[in-house]
Formats: sequence, C-alpha cells, structure tokens
Amino acid sequence: MAAKETADHLLSTRFTVLLLLVALSAVGAVYAASGGIREVAEQAQGLPGVFLLLFTAAPERLPSFVTLVGFLAPLLGIAFGFDAVNGERAGRTLPRLVAQPIRRDDVINGKFAGGLAVIASVLAALTLLVAGLGIVRLGIVPSAEEVARLLAWLVVTVAYAGFWLALATALSVVLRRAATSALVAIAAWLCLTLFAGFLVGLAADAIAPVPADATPEQQLANLRAQVWLGRLSPRVLYDEATLVLLNPQARVVGFFFDQQLDQAIPSPLPLDQSLLVVWPQLVGLVALCVLCFAAAYVLFMRQEIRA
Amino acid sequence: MGGDGAAVVTRGLTKRYGDLVAVDHLDLEVRGGEIFGLLGPNGAGKTTTILMLLGLTEPTEGEARVLGLDPVRQPLEVKARVGYVPDDVGFYGGLTGRENLRFTARLNGLDGLAAEERIQLLLERVGLAGAADAQVETYSRGMRQRLGIADALLKDPDVLILDEPTVAIDPEGVAEVLGLIRSVAWERGATVLLSSHLLHQVRTICDRVGIFVGGRLVASGTVEELARRAGEAPAFEVGVEGDPAVVEAALRAVPGVRSVEGGPDGLWTLRADGDPRPAVVRALADRGLVPHHLQRREEDLDDLYRRYFHRALAAEGAR
Repeated sequence: MAAKETADHLLSTRFTVLLLLVALSAVGAVYAASGGIREVAEQAQGLPGVFLLLFTAAPERLPSFVTLVGFLAPLLGIAFGFDAVNGERAGRTLPRLVAQPIRRDDVINGKFAGGLAVIASVLAALTLLVAGLGIVRLGIVPSAEEVARLLAWLVVTVAYAGFWLALATALSVVLRRAATSALVAIAAWLCLTLFAGFLVGLAADAIAPVPADATPEQQLANLRAQVWLGRLSPRVLYDEATLVLLNPQARVVGFFFDQQLDQAIPSPLPLDQSLLVVWPQLVGLVALCVLCFAAAYVLFMRQEIRA
Repeated sequence: MGGDGAAVVTRGLTKRYGDLVAVDHLDLEVRGGEIFGLLGPNGAGKTTTILMLLGLTEPTEGEARVLGLDPVRQPLEVKARVGYVPDDVGFYGGLTGRENLRFTARLNGLDGLAAEERIQLLLERVGLAGAADAQVETYSRGMRQRLGIADALLKDPDVLILDEPTVAIDPEGVAEVLGLIRSVAWERGATVLLSSHLLHQVRTICDRVGIFVGGRLVASGTVEELARRAGEAPAFEVGVEGDPAVVEAALRAVPGVRSVEGGPDGLWTLRADGDPRPAVVRALADRGLVPHHLQRREEDLDDLYRRYFHRALAAEGAR
C-alpha cells in the first residue's frame, strides 16, 4: 500500500512541479549564499560550523536555504495529503480498495507512510544537493559534527512536513471535495505563517495587558505570554529548533535577560547540548504530528465507506 | 445457522443511521452456486446490505454469515473469499487496466509471474486484452464494469457480489456484462449476489430474486413463484378484427376468464385461470371471427415489481 502510494506520487505531475519549484529556489539560495560566504570564509577559518552557514546564511535580498525549506515544507505536506482519502472517494476506488483482504487502517497508514517517504526523500536529496554544491563552491568539507547536525535538522524538517501531511490527510477524510480540503489546508498554513505573530500579540495583550505606565513586571508577563502562545504554532517550534540545531553558538531560545548569559563563554555547544536546548520543541513538533495523524486515523476508521 | 450449502445467510440484519432505518430485520438466504438478484428501487438498502456482508459497515442489530464466516469478526477472511464489484466501480485513472489489476493482485498476496499470467487470462476472459495497456481514464463505463469483474475474479472468489452491474451501460454492454456474469458463475460454480433496480435486465440470469423495499425483503423466490404469489391470474393477448362489442361478449363468455380489457388495433388482454386458448379460438370461430394473434404474455416483471412495491408502501402507511 505504502509502496503504491510512493510510486503514485513519484509519477504524478504534482511531484514534478513541486520538485522543480523547491529545487530551483533552494539551489538559487545556496548559490547566492555560497558566493557571500567565500569572502567571509577566508577570515572565518577555524570558526566552527562554517559549513552550516551555507544553509543558514541569508545573502542580500534572498532568503536562506532553511528559511525557504521552512516555508516550502508545509506546502509539500499539503500537496501530498490534501486528496488522500477524498481523492479515492471521488475516483470511486475506495469501496473496491477496502473490499480487498487488507485492514482498513492499512489504507490510511499507507497514505501517510507513502507521502512521508516521498517528502523525506525530496528533502534529503535537496540537502545533499546543497551540501555537494557547497563543497564544490567553497572547498570546505563538513565535519562529522556538522553532518550530524544536518541529519538532526533533516529529521526535524521531515517531522514538520509530516505535521502538515497529517493535517491535510485529516482534512481529506473530513471534507468531501479535494479542492475544499486543499484550500482549508493552505488557509491554515497562511494563517500560521503570516498572521500568527499578529494574532499572538493580540492574544497576549488580552491575557497580560500592558497599560501605558506598565511596570517591568507587566511587560515581562506580556512577553512571556507571547512566547508561550507562539509556541502553540508548529512553525515557531520548527524555527526555534532549526535555529539551535544549525547554529552551534545558540544556547537559548525565546527571550532572556543579559544576566542569564553573564559570564557565559561564547563557545559552540556540542550537538547533544544543542539538542537538549530544543528538546521540548522537538517533542512538541512530533507530538503535533502524531496528534494530527491520530485524528485522521480515528476519523477514517469511524467513517462510513458510503458517501 | 442457515441450511447446508447456504453461501450467504442473514438473520434480523438491521442498520440504522440515526432515525433512518436503511435495512430492517433482513432475513436472507442465498444458496451455494445460485445467482440471486436483490431487486429494489434506489435507496432500498441494497448497497448497505452488501457493505454489511463484506464487513465494511457494522450492523446495528442481527447477524450475517458469508461462507459460514462472520463479516464483523472475520472481515479479512470474508474479503479474501468474496469478490466485490461496487456500484459504478472506479479505478486509478492514471494507471492502465493491467496495472490496476496488478495492484489488486498484490493486495491479495499474488505476485510475480503467477499474478501476471492470471491477470492476462482474466483480461482475455472479460474481453479487455486489447485495451489492457491503455489508461483506465480512456475506458467506457462498460469497459470499466468488465474490468471490475476481472478485478473481483483475481482472488478466485467463492462468492461474487455485484452492486448495480448494469447501470448506465448501453443495451449491448448490458447483454455483454450479464452474459459474462452468467458464464463466469457457471465456470467457477461461484455463488453470485447481484443488486439492481432494473428487473427486466437481470431477470434472465437470476435463479432467484428477492424484492427489497424500504429496507425490508418483501418477497423472494423464482420469478414465476413471485408472480403466482402476487395473486394475479396469467395474462393472454388476443388479436382479432371485428365489432368490439361482439368480441368482448365472446371473450367474456369463455369459461375461466376473469377479466377482459380492450386495447388499440383489436388487441385484447384477458386474464384467466388455466389455459383458455382453445376455448377462445372456438368461441371466436363460432361468431365468425378469426384471431390473428393469441399468446400467453410473459410475466411483466415491472408490473409485478410495482405491485409489490405499492403493497409494501401501503403496509408502511397502515402501520
């Protein structure tokens, strides 16, 4: 089942279009980034994680590779999930499929596994492509530590895309028409990407109001509320995880006081410490993904085969 | 439960969707090796019954046995032995007919060369060998229906269930599909359960039919049995030229005749007990009239069906 879904996706027009889109933007970003890095790299010899800069450095007027992927991963998830179940319904293949001697959950599991496999291979291929390009253009070979960080980041990205895939799959179970579920999924994505910060600000003001003569405590409470509300969004979780994983120097996420970092030695963290810093984010991301898939699973299992 | 050799048995099978009773205490028995037609108007609960037999939806009450297996508890075993062609069967449009069958074969645990041979054999059997490598998108509905039958036969089923196999196909296609179902059932000795709302199309191939109205089975048996049970005397057509008043008087005088109705072009319909044809000829000849047409009318199933249908509705109203 999963194998067929994977093959389906790989052969579809949708896949070709998306792959071109993602690959072009990614390669463009990296090409520009590597150009910028070349000059810096000479002075930055010995600086840990130069190779990772390739992925995170944003040249002028262009977003960095990770920003692009963070932006496009949801799109991949939605594209491979929005018509998972209602597409089968529309093609009238669902009754025939479930009448075969397979368990009903094989269908939804296969849909999800197939989609995730395709997304994972696309993202892995892109990362390798970018890394290869970086090696050729910069002449820097990544250290084992850097490779491990990239791998960890890849896993997080796949989980993030998996969240969107699961969300789109759940929508495809609930909504009868593929076009509707695609629209709803994209609306959710836009909402989280563009308006989330704005909404979080409003909500935080409601929870912890900041009057004109606000005390520092009130301002602090407002800030705290903003950070915690923001972390309800998978996008914020993903961004924080990316920041720390691909930047060995980063040791805190969210806001902090200067005295917290007072006397801290500005040295790179080893990978396990970085992971520790964003562990809550990672768990949250995976939990969201699992939650969405569980919703899709339960809804599908309880749904009547007939319209 | 059920008699020996019964392929499908249901006892008090009921399905409710909220207040709506889709299937109401259905007792059905389909014998092994027969072709059984489940007849009824749209919305009578035929598809729901079929889905319950396959374990694709759970009954609210009652139970079913398919080949002695309980579809609720052993759905995989049931689905491994029952071939199902849904109403307006769909395939993956972007794949060819052969690829679609290959996918089904894999889901049924068939693989490799054995699967390929079987697919080729079935494609030839349903007359699609020529179109096997064209995308299913390009298929006509009749072709899809035939591919559906091949698809259901892949697992070499003991029971074949077809939901509305003749809907929206042109008459020639209908004849082909029905012929295919009959010969396939005969070759394999498989039990066939098919549903339809078009009686005249499926009467020719069904050993027995069940009439299904408002979720209940209001009658079942062979077509002839049903006609007899409906309490209608057999109808005869008489074609004769002459003064209608004279003809009517002559026909009414024939012993055993219960009703006489005039029609256009001197065609009369009479209902009688026994076979009144010799007496009719004699009575007409006595008055100097010569019949040019005299025939026992084939039981008009649509009439029969409508009658059962009305009776069921009347009973519904009386409750």
